[in-house]
Amino acid sequence: MYAYDEIDRTLVNERVSEFRDQVQRRLSGELTEDEFKMLRLQNGVYLQLHAYMFRVAIPYGTLATNQLRALAHVARKYDRGYGHFTTRQNIQFNWIKLSDLPDALADLAEVGIHAMQTSGNNMRNVTSDQWAGVAPGEIEDPRIWSELIRQHTTLHPEFSFLPRKFKIAITASDHDRAAIKVHDIGLRLIKNEKGETGFEVLVGGGLGRTPFIGKTIKHFVHGRDLLSYIEAILRVYNQYGRRDNIYKARIKILVHELGIEKFSREVEEEWQHLRNSSLQIDDEVIEDIRSRFIYPTYEKLPHMPDELRQAAADPEFEAWRKNSVAPHKVQGYSIVTISLKPIGAPPGDATADQMDALADLADKYSFGEIRVGHEQNLALPHVAKRDLPALWKALDKLGLATPNVNLITDIIACPGLDYCSLANARSIPIAQELTRRFANHELANLIGRLHINISGCINACGHHHVGHIGILGVEKNGEEVYQITIGGRADENAALGNLIGPGVKFDEVADVVEDIVEAYLALRERPEELFVETVKRLGVEPFKERVYATR
Amino acid sequence: MPLVNGGKIADDSFVKLAVDTPLPEGGDILVPAERFLGEAEALLKRGGKIGVIWPNNRDIAELVPYLGKIAVVALVFPSFRDGRAYSQARLLRERYNYRGELRATGQVLRDQFVFMLRAGFDSFEVKKQADAEAFMQTAKRYSVFYQPTGDGRITALHRRMQLRHSEGVGT
Amino acid sequence: MTSPLQQKIKIAGPSIVTANRTWDGIVVYRTADKGWSAELADAAIVRNSDEAKALLAEAVADDVGAIGPYIAPVELGDDGAIKPGNLREQIRKAGVTIELPAQG
Repeated sequence: MYAYDEIDRTLVNERVSEFRDQVQRRLSGELTEDEFKMLRLQNGVYLQLHAYMFRVAIPYGTLATNQLRALAHVARKYDRGYGHFTTRQNIQFNWIKLSDLPDALADLAEVGIHAMQTSGNNMRNVTSDQWAGVAPGEIEDPRIWSELIRQHTTLHPEFSFLPRKFKIAITASDHDRAAIKVHDIGLRLIKNEKGETGFEVLVGGGLGRTPFIGKTIKHFVHGRDLLSYIEAILRVYNQYGRRDNIYKARIKILVHELGIEKFSREVEEEWQHLRNSSLQIDDEVIEDIRSRFIYPTYEKLPHMPDELRQAAADPEFEAWRKNSVAPHKVQGYSIVTISLKPIGAPPGDATADQMDALADLADKYSFGEIRVGHEQNLALPHVAKRDLPALWKALDKLGLATPNVNLITDIIACPGLDYCSLANARSIPIAQELTRRFANHELANLIGRLHINISGCINACGHHHVGHIGILGVEKNGEEVYQITIGGRADENAALGNLIGPGVKFDEVADVVEDIVEAYLALRERPEELFVETVKRLGVEPFKERVYATR
Repeated sequence: MPLVNGGKIADDSFVKLAVDTPLPEGGDILVPAERFLGEAEALLKRGGKIGVIWPNNRDIAELVPYLGKIAVVALVFPSFRDGRAYSQARLLRERYNYRGELRATGQVLRDQFVFMLRAGFDSFEVKKQADAEAFMQTAKRYSVFYQPTGDGRITALHRRMQLRHSEGVGT
Repeated sequence: MTSPLQQKIKIAGPSIVTANRTWDGIVVYRTADKGWSAELADAAIVRNSDEAKALLAEAVADDVGAIGPYIAPVELGDDGAIKPGNLREQIRKAGVTIELPAQG
């Protein structure tokens, strides 16, 4: 938990009053929409099909309970009683009025939450592993560095009008839960042989119209040089990134067109000018930021408490525990993932009442802390194992104990044509139907880890390219048509999926996915072979045959 | 288009010349980069101050040999969304130590003043009269800055270090 | 960015001009009396490209009132009722095709 000081609070308040002035000038006609659009985007305000949409940042996915309650308050007071958690550790409200936005921002500012740069052609919310600071085996807490970057890139005077948006993600674990390879900059925290902290830096990853997996630009950048190195990348991009075509403006295209060698030489040259400047971070600065992250005082607890032993007799509890509870770095504690994917519901949505109730549970069971992951689920990062049975009962009452984390019904989906003005096809109803088809927990468990990602247009907000099964909605002759890929993944072995064949109609998508899954169950060598592994071993062909044989 | 200089609306003594406008006898002139580089010697010999209008897609390093002899560098924002001139401004101020007038031209609007000031601009050809009049008020919108730039404003990180050390004195 | 007026305008059938109202973002339709209405039934119908262009120009000029005006197709019933001409406009008129989380 990062605690804002007076300096951070002042900045957020100044930003709110600036935006209040901008909104007022827009409503009075002093600012045209053309002039205002960039200003509102830089504060997370989009225009969608039915209304404005307001995107609020949850930096590195960490929330305190008073912050979650403030989000619930905004949902209730200014919106329609719910919010949507996104793939980039943000929350979106879909029905907000422009005239209410300054007040909503002011309410959030009171608890240290903002919407700065959640949209626009600038540095977006810096994301990280939702298990940061609690995952066993993690090198160190990557959020210290995320916060450092967050501050450095907030209202940056040189990089607030980049060719296009810019996203950074950080992980400090072997297993990448932050999808760093599909970000403009991906940072993997590592130690050098002297035991000093640094980063492997990847650049040019991204999805959208032209997907790329990020490439390593430098194997080790020392922690003290992190800001100067990022600054060098941004400066090269700001000068040379394409501005003539919005679809070719991301850094991935620049890296691709120049080649990683030439690009890295440009960055290196720029970095030599910057590295010994005031951007160098001394240990004291790191310590200051670290000191404002508050960590729980854990108790010494047994590995296997009686409460847990007794609850094991309840098969429903056990199903949930096995699915949603993960090991914690401290003995006697667990990380609990809270599925926001109940059967038949829009992925990633939570009501204001659920948010409030979750805040209460986090206060009671998780040292007042909640996490948000890119899979559009939440987590309670510090739950004592003895409390798991009680927590499960409470979550179940709230509809938040669906034991489907990482299973086929744990679907990532963008808002699609139901909300989004960019979309060509609906995403949410496809996800809903799929969860109904695979609602049976034994079946989903039998299938094992399988990620379905759905996007309603080529912009790929639903990360379809890296779904084990990816579904992309397009429009063809006025109809919604869906293209299906298999074999993508977003983790440390990130890969782009391959198309299995011609697009299918809205009503056929769930049938096709069922066929793909049946083919997998028949083809896998052993139950432990994951869907993606079978696809990797056999390629697309056998799946294609199965799907199109009868169509 | 009002010019803001030194925080106030000011008269502009400079006349902008196109690539082929005949050179006036005296007076201060602003010349496009291409023309300046082509006729630099002649231009620098004439009376009156000289400034250069530098496009945002040309390497600013080309101008470095002349920086001591020119009075104004005018950088260009063809659209307020195009941020290349911010990098050029910082390079001029922070890498090449340019101390003359650094002017923002093109689509210069109120809501970018703070960014421009921080990047090193000190004069502004403002598109709208109302924005020019609101300059001083707008420039004071922020008191906290996270990044070190050449404008010398203290950053949040350093302010925290100072606070830490001053708190530490008594203990 | 190309202004909507610079784009080629060609309509295939009866059309309307729609946008979102500036202060609250709701869907609005351009009316014949140079205003905006939240009801599709109040929309001015244009039947050829010149009419469409003129209606759009009027709408674009009202930058304070509404954002992002564009021409959208409609279907006209025998009784003159106006129906959205595609799925996107259907959704904009009728709302999302799913149940909202906080209802019920």
